Amino acid sequence: MLDKRMTPAEIVGQLSDGMTLGIGGWGPRRKPMALVREVLRSDLKDLTIVAYGGADVGMLCAAGKVKKLVFAFVSLDAIPLEPWFRKAREAGQIEVLELDEGMFQWGLKAAAFQLPFLPTRVGLGTDLAELGGLKTVQSPYADGETLIAMPALKLDAALLHVNRSDWRGNIHAFGPDVYYDEWFARAAAKTYVSCEELVDKMEDHYADQAQANIVERAFISGVTHIPCGAHPSSMPPAYGWDMKAFKAYTDAAKDPGDWNAVKDRFVGANEADYLAGFGGKEAVAALPLPIF
Amino acid sequence: MTDVTLAELCIFACSEAFRNNGEIIATGVGPVPRLAASLAKLTHSPELMMTDGECYLVEQPVPLGPRKYDDRKAAGYLPFSRFFDAAVWTGRRHAMVTPTQIDRFGQINLSQLGGTHQQPKTQMLGVRGFPGNTIYHPNSFFFPSHTTRVFVAGEVDMVSGVGYNPAKRVPGGNYSAVSLRSIVTNLCVMDFGGPDNAVRVVSLHPGVTFAQVQEATGFDLIDAVAGETALPGAEELAIIASLDPHNIRAGAIKDNPLARIPA
Repeated sequence: MLDKRMTPAEIVGQLSDGMTLGIGGWGPRRKPMALVREVLRSDLKDLTIVAYGGADVGMLCAAGKVKKLVFAFVSLDAIPLEPWFRKAREAGQIEVLELDEGMFQWGLKAAAFQLPFLPTRVGLGTDLAELGGLKTVQSPYADGETLIAMPALKLDAALLHVNRSDWRGNIHAFGPDVYYDEWFARAAAKTYVSCEELVDKMEDHYADQAQANIVERAFISGVTHIPCGAHPSSMPPAYGWDMKAFKAYTDAAKDPGDWNAVKDRFVGANEADYLAGFGGKEAVAALPLPIF
Repeated sequence: MTDVTLAELCIFACSEAFRNNGEIIATGVGPVPRLAASLAKLTHSPELMMTDGECYLVEQPVPLGPRKYDDRKAAGYLPFSRFFDAAVWTGRRHAMVTPTQIDRFGQINLSQLGGTHQQPKTQMLGVRGFPGNTIYHPNSFFFPSHTTRVFVAGEVDMVSGVGYNPAKRVPGGNYSAVSLRSIVTNLCVMDFGGPDNAVRVVSLHPGVTFAQVQEATGFDLIDAVAGETALPGAEELAIIASLDPHNIRAGAIKDNPLARIPA
């Protein structure tokens, strides 16, 4: 169907227990948090999460949604150690596949190209291969080099938050850095995007900005309009991250750190309810872009 | 000059690691390494490339701390989405970082302490880009607190970065780009210039003895001390101050001591 508009609940309805779910963005940046919150409002469980992790990973771990995590880091940048992820790890609550940041995107690319693996030097000489059960391959050429075979990170679904889309899934992603969002999309059987702005036909409105189309619409299965949908992560140029919200979320993890007691504040019954707790759309729009 | 702080001395010492590196990306993570890379670019090594801390390449290093979003002047572009293609996996980078642990082989750990991989006692960041950084390009280190908790006996709890440990090297792998350069701490400057890349102390900060450094280190060090670590001059101090107008460096080392205790 070319009209890919869906509600957030319809998108989450396409997901099922035990799925491998990729989440775009990077740490506290460009995270599809509204879709993550919709997952948190659902009964989904036993997920394998593949992410350059931030509060998306922390919240899903805190809520007991995660069976296994594929990660290179989980961090909120200015708050380096993600508090809810730490709790889950230190409780031995989740399985992990820990990867280097570069290996991670290499695994997404292997999945996108429908290859079983891609070779890399990265990981040799560290504990990663042994801990992750990664195998080596030998170059068949004269050099005979031994390399790690980075397995494809095949995703059942990926979630992204983009600046704009039309109903066919022609997306535009702005901001200085779009990280590996395009590769999450190509590595996934289905990709669902939330967007700050939804237009009918992209070419009628923004034909001069087609270079912002970071991934082709063939890879987009569903589109939903959720302004402020990255909050509390950053979504340049629309808004920066909400460090006050991250601070409150971090403080909430301290003793006793019971997610059920605090989740209403960080997930809410719905998006309007959630945003109202952080000053509404006006307050989000006014968040300054982060300076590094 | 008696009012040079130890942090400023360390920035100056760290900046030496970036000398004669050529046209590579100099990355300093944390205030002292970042100021060091910027100082190197503004003094002896203008050929260095660096980002604004986000994804734009700048020829004028950006200062630390609050400033206007558009203050940086972009000369180029290096987003994460091409960082591995362009900087890391081509070897065109030198990073200076602060892991949680380092051992006698130069193996580093940023991931977890104690316990098991399934249930660590303390979960930290994760390995981040350390495995790729260490097998592809030069790396140096800055530690604001030189203790046996950082410079561990035996090996680090989780090997997040490649070192010179022969037992850890899968046969047939290509380790030719592994290049651990400088270790700067609040006590001294070290390198990996000993036999089989053993760690040597090459200069001591004013008032520090080799015995003191050895005492604070969990493994045997080689005494190759050639003298006292150099203090930055007036020009370097002025550049450091201009790059750090909010004096964030004052928080880099506990109690922000002076480099030389006044007599």
